[in-house]
Amino acid sequence: MSAITFAIPGGIGALLAGLMFVLLKGDRRSGVDMVVHVFLALVTALFIGFLASKAMDNPGGFTEILVGGLLSGVLYSLVALGFVLIFKASGVFNYAQGAMVLVAGLALVRSLDFLTAKGVATLAAIPLAILFSGAVMALCALVIEKWVLRPLLNQDGLTLFMSTIGATFVLEGLAQMVFGSEVYPLKLFPTDPMILMENVFPGGILINKLDVWGGIIAGVLVVTLAVFFQYTKTGRALRAVADDHAAAQSVGIPISWIWFIVWLVAGLVALVAATVWGTKLGVQFSITFLALKALPVLIIGGFTSVPGAIVGGLIVGAGEKLAELYLGELIGGGIEYWFAYVLALAVLLVRPQGLFGEKIIERI
Amino acid sequence: MSVKADLPNLAVESMPSLGAAMAAAENRSHDESERRRIGEVLLSVENVSLSFGGVRAITDVSFDIRKGEIRAIIGPNGAGKTSMLNVINGFYFPQQGSITFKGEKRQEMRPYHAATSGISRTFQNVALFRGMTTLDNMMAGRTLKMRRGLIWQALRVGPAEREEIEHREIVEKLIDFLEIEHIRKVPVGKLPYGLQKRVELGRALAMEPELLLLDEPMAGMNLEEKEDMSRFILTVNQSLGTTIALIEHDMGVVMDLSDRVVVLEYGRKIADGTPDEVKSNPKVIDAYLGVSH
Amino acid sequence: MLYRETGQFKSTYASDMAIFPLRQDRNALLFVFALALIGVPLLAHFHIWPFGSEYLLRAILLPFLILALAAIGVNILIGYCGQISLGSGAFMAIGAYMAYKFSNGIGEIGLPPLPVLVSILLGGLCSALVGILFGIPSLRIKGLYLAVATLAAQFFFDWVFLRIGWFTNYVPSGSVSAPELNFFGWVVDDPIERYVLCLLFAAVFALVAKNLVRGSIGRQWMAIRDMDIAAELMGIRPFFAKLSAFAVSSFIVGVAGALWAFVYLGSWEPLAFDINRSLQLLFMVIIGGLGSILGSFLGAGFILILPILLNQLLPVLVIPLLSLGNSLGAHWLTEFAHHISSTETISHLEFIIFGSLICFLLIKEPHGFARLISLGKEKLRLWPFPY
Repeated sequence: MSAITFAIPGGIGALLAGLMFVLLKGDRRSGVDMVVHVFLALVTALFIGFLASKAMDNPGGFTEILVGGLLSGVLYSLVALGFVLIFKASGVFNYAQGAMVLVAGLALVRSLDFLTAKGVATLAAIPLAILFSGAVMALCALVIEKWVLRPLLNQDGLTLFMSTIGATFVLEGLAQMVFGSEVYPLKLFPTDPMILMENVFPGGILINKLDVWGGIIAGVLVVTLAVFFQYTKTGRALRAVADDHAAAQSVGIPISWIWFIVWLVAGLVALVAATVWGTKLGVQFSITFLALKALPVLIIGGFTSVPGAIVGGLIVGAGEKLAELYLGELIGGGIEYWFAYVLALAVLLVRPQGLFGEKIIERI
Repeated sequence: MSVKADLPNLAVESMPSLGAAMAAAENRSHDESERRRIGEVLLSVENVSLSFGGVRAITDVSFDIRKGEIRAIIGPNGAGKTSMLNVINGFYFPQQGSITFKGEKRQEMRPYHAATSGISRTFQNVALFRGMTTLDNMMAGRTLKMRRGLIWQALRVGPAEREEIEHREIVEKLIDFLEIEHIRKVPVGKLPYGLQKRVELGRALAMEPELLLLDEPMAGMNLEEKEDMSRFILTVNQSLGTTIALIEHDMGVVMDLSDRVVVLEYGRKIADGTPDEVKSNPKVIDAYLGVSH
Repeated sequence: MLYRETGQFKSTYASDMAIFPLRQDRNALLFVFALALIGVPLLAHFHIWPFGSEYLLRAILLPFLILALAAIGVNILIGYCGQISLGSGAFMAIGAYMAYKFSNGIGEIGLPPLPVLVSILLGGLCSALVGILFGIPSLRIKGLYLAVATLAAQFFFDWVFLRIGWFTNYVPSGSVSAPELNFFGWVVDDPIERYVLCLLFAAVFALVAKNLVRGSIGRQWMAIRDMDIAAELMGIRPFFAKLSAFAVSSFIVGVAGALWAFVYLGSWEPLAFDINRSLQLLFMVIIGGLGSILGSFLGAGFILILPILLNQLLPVLVIPLLSLGNSLGAHWLTEFAHHISSTETISHLEFIIFGSLICFLLIKEPHGFARLISLGKEKLRLWPFPY
């Protein structure tokens, strides 16, 4: 530990505290807010300073953890994206997104197994299986729209949220009953490790190819979604419905159809997430708990922001890996379990709508 | 529309504070010669400016409200009238200017401070507690006057029960006055608009305010409802001596009810004075009817 | 014709403000309470149907009462004050573990082992303090954002009780056991006594909660729930209203947690209070009815009993299917019946039916059983006339 270890957190702390006050300028603020912000700024400063000192001890190891964390964070973003789409378009906080990943994964892996067992060549079987699981997701979207969402039109957010928990149970039960409930390995992407930046750090840094694939896929997905939302007729209708569904209906946008599309797109996003996560962990029941991992990502980024889901994922991924390694040795292991949530809570205290969420304007 | 002539025959028993004052007012109101006494300045707003981001809602507005008067704030849509009320009771903090209430000068009001020092209000789009009954809404208005702590309330014996009954009696007087006995136990979300407005007035009155801010109390009402509402406002003003500031678009109502009128346009004050003065002010006429250039 | 208010004149505000202004309601409640307090223990003591075995008492009524108590706590926060919390499990855990610590004495601060009742209440108090702490974000964060933020409490305390040995007195297995349930000489041991104890707790706290929600503080909570800005402008301080709701709610939930651990489980691990417990409590208050004390009981009963019922019923339903398949010689039907009678499939079916019923109930009556009851009462008032 040298003087620089303390200088850095001090400097960053001052910077962050300043930044927070700038962010909050013109906001309605109370004494409690002030205390909380100063406290948070100090804690963040200490944490970052602490990380910085660790980074200086072992730059290679630090970068390896950081990059690995960022990439695994992108995988959380894949799940969070589905949430954002549905929340944007229908105001439904969809707890079932994790279950949808499970359904998509099971449909994919089981149909793939079935086809290869029948002697279909792998290259032909993969598109067929993807087509089949896409159809399954469309069915899910149809059923949820027709039997859950439409009858609950105009109910408050909490009721809708609870109904998606109900839907989660149904999806989990059905998927496992139909497709089976064991661990099914899926091999769509290479999972072998690779070494990067050998010329920068001694020994380079070790990362998993799958994580890189995850990053690429997430990038492609975000671009596709952005184009879809921004430049297609359906996309425009989606944005209209997201703004005000009654008004959208009054200009002739078929709202049930739009919601079906949204849930379908969310289902397809779940399918994409399932290909990556299924390759990583094998398709199994515990994949549904991804929903709980995606929630902090979501609130850090903001419920309504697609880029927010990505940035949130990066922050959570890197933050929790670094915290686990460096803080874990101080206060006990397993803090990955809650770190993302505490981080999210801290972010919300400063920006109640998340980093990229629309500012909540209170009127009376 | 003349509403001052037919004030109601209030049948209110002699009760402490509210009831007694109302009863006293009943006798007085028939006596046309006795004019309400308009006292010293109760609230004054000095050079207030308010903006949201780059949008200026209020620019350098000053005016005052005297004790016992009915002060109207008028102006076209978007003139900053509601923002002005929000500044007065502490929901918005102005960037410049100050507010003096009862001789106490502050840069900005805080909602709690405003409420405790005697400012209450109604809202443009009814802001009742929809899940609660009429009675509970009005009892909620008594919150600041109720003193019993959590433990007493949990046990609800002796003092807590007595306190509850005391305040219930006061609220019942108000319910009688506003003629809403029949909807006492109906959740307000189920009431028609006109009655909701009336309950909201009741909730504001339950706070026993010194200054009552009414934001478009008659918006969306039919003639009978407007007459009823005007009657309530006048009675409150005359019998309880409550100072009233109101925003209203119905010029007939404004001219009949108010003692003085302040006119805002695009966040600036363009006129201030008695209804007659304001009516003939060319700037006001331009603002309302448009200017030919 | 039985349910009429005709002739019941209320001549004082006190009688008008009573919990049950209607005589029939009062009598019904007295009857149910007498049955629960005297009838059930008597039946159980003499092993008369349906209390032939201890099953009903031990596996249904006992958890029902404790979870109903927890649901009352959750309902105060969510139903009355409108602050959605997904961290109720954590507050149950705090109540349980802190009560455990107090009942064993805390050597570090020289605190001797305390009596069980005091420990339970102190456990609730600790839960309330943590509740206030985690309630502070609610001053800034609203709605579903807050709901997710409260998950921080859930996951953090899951970890705390699993990893920090101090809370479990460094028991190697991580599973701790309740002390002897000695309530100032009354040793609560057999299921009947446990049941009566929990009944008393539930009844007392239900009354306290009812008193709070119909008093000034309850109106402040509801005002914040319905229109927080208007409430603030009326002088209701969100700081006080929200944090008091968090405190009262967490206290009740904490006491319920201590009872759950001490009286129902006997020995427990952090898993007993995980996120599923929080979701279960949330279901109870929503299905039962937000903003209703009675609803908390109804919801707790329904959510607790439904899975047990499904678990018992489904295998029974499969048997006629099997014999039908056999007698018809329909091979596929027999096969199917065999397939769905495996324990795994039964549990999946439970999931499906439970989930569908939740959705069904939410769609049919988003305001829960409490609303159904009040609608029923309205009907009964006019019966036999339609209106």
